[in-house]
Amino acid sequence: MRPAGEFDRLEVRIAHKAFTAASGDRFDVLRDICFKLGRSEVAALVGPSGCGKTTILRIIAGLDMDFEGAVARPSAGTLGMVFQEPRLLPWRTVEDNVSLVAPSTAAEALTSLFKILDLEAHRSHYPGELSLGLARRVALARALAVNPDLLLLDEPLVSLDEALAERLRAQLAALIESRPITTLLVTHDLEEAIRLADRIFLLSPRPAQIVAEIPLTTPRSARSEREVAALGAEIASRINGHAESPVPRANSLTKHDATDF
Amino acid sequence: MLRIASLTLFVAIWWLASLFTGPQLLPGPEKVLGAIIAQARTGDLFVQLGVTLARVFAAFAISMIGGTVIGLLMGRSKIADRLGDPWLIVLLNLPALVIIVLAFIWGGLTEIAAVLAVAINKLPNTVVTVREGARALDPGLDEMARVFGLPRPKYLWHIVVPQLGPYLAAAGRSGLSLVWKIVLIVELLGRPNGIGFQIGVAFQLFDVTLILAYALAFVVVILVIETALVQPIERRASRWRIRST
Repeated sequence: MRPAGEFDRLEVRIAHKAFTAASGDRFDVLRDICFKLGRSEVAALVGPSGCGKTTILRIIAGLDMDFEGAVARPSAGTLGMVFQEPRLLPWRTVEDNVSLVAPSTAAEALTSLFKILDLEAHRSHYPGELSLGLARRVALARALAVNPDLLLLDEPLVSLDEALAERLRAQLAALIESRPITTLLVTHDLEEAIRLADRIFLLSPRPAQIVAEIPLTTPRSARSEREVAALGAEIASRINGHAESPVPRANSLTKHDATDF
Repeated sequence: MLRIASLTLFVAIWWLASLFTGPQLLPGPEKVLGAIIAQARTGDLFVQLGVTLARVFAAFAISMIGGTVIGLLMGRSKIADRLGDPWLIVLLNLPALVIIVLAFIWGGLTEIAAVLAVAINKLPNTVVTVREGARALDPGLDEMARVFGLPRPKYLWHIVVPQLGPYLAAAGRSGLSLVWKIVLIVELLGRPNGIGFQIGVAFQLFDVTLILAYALAFVVVILVIETALVQPIERRASRWRIRST
């Protein structure tokens, strides 16, 4: 018998993944992506756009089986996912969109989730009546409503304005803090990863490989602006060797660069 | 308002035309209305309307259900598409009259042969329209359903059917009109009752008033179905769309 802990882990071992382009050419996307996540651990995959981050998530979610390697998901296995686009059903209300995938979740649990995400007022609205920021929050509510053991987030805050992204990031941090969910976040925004994750995996440009693994020891809630920026600068300088490195909001970092380093 | 004005104009043109051609070729609106009332008094009108409507709905239901299932299969599976395509092309191009005559020869002058002949005439149109809809299903929503482990019936009802809605509406709209036109021909050729049979009788007697009376009565019925049934369903199905006005 294997120890119980084993079953709670996410184990990813992608030896090789290639795509065939419309022209017939095959090109490598991923190579030797191996990592393990413990129960309720939050990890972030950070890499330049187009490096194959979304492909990793799709493989883990079981949407793409055409790869060499193996993925072991936590045994209980409920999966919650936020796609890059909200992917809501336009013909169902916000509430129906969420309850459709989580029919066994209690009404009170949904209500509290809607409250945390400021969606109370929008429960009877259709997705077409929502802004992108609201639609993303609904997608997040849907992923959390199923009480997932594993939560996959694909750039959940991309293309939102900074103030809104900041607020949603705080809500997201509070939500994953309060639940024992193993979370894998994909982002090109280093600062976002530093604020949310326990561990960061830095990816190279295509074919993506893990070039560095950075554990974050300070608890999420205790990470100060200054600390986040400093760490961001340090990581950014570490990966400067790579072209198109994921530099987060360069202006705020260069300021700190001058004083701190 | 505009609809009423447009209808009034139509009646006026009809009335003027009847004055020029004489009542033999084109009886005026008042004569046709009189004939409708006379037929309604004897009860004959309602019997014939009922018989024809029953055939229309039976043929419509068969062709829509069958066409939707086949169309979905062909739109989702490449093998089904390859296998079904030649059949579809043959059926699409087979003249309605050939199907009707063959149905009556092989099936006898029976109700089943009549309804099936109409349904087979309509079927390929439904298949083509629904297949287009099935090809246009959003793969992103399919993936969402897979990730969240949506059960099959829920997937069909909440994700597939709403996306097929406009295609089903298009197939239904054109279907209803096509089906009732063909039902009349089937009745003319091989049924002892229904609007088509009555029009055949009137044709032999050269009774243009009766032809127009039956045709008009049926058009009114179809209009009522359209406004009382089809349009409310469409409105409900598209209530999530943002109104542009």
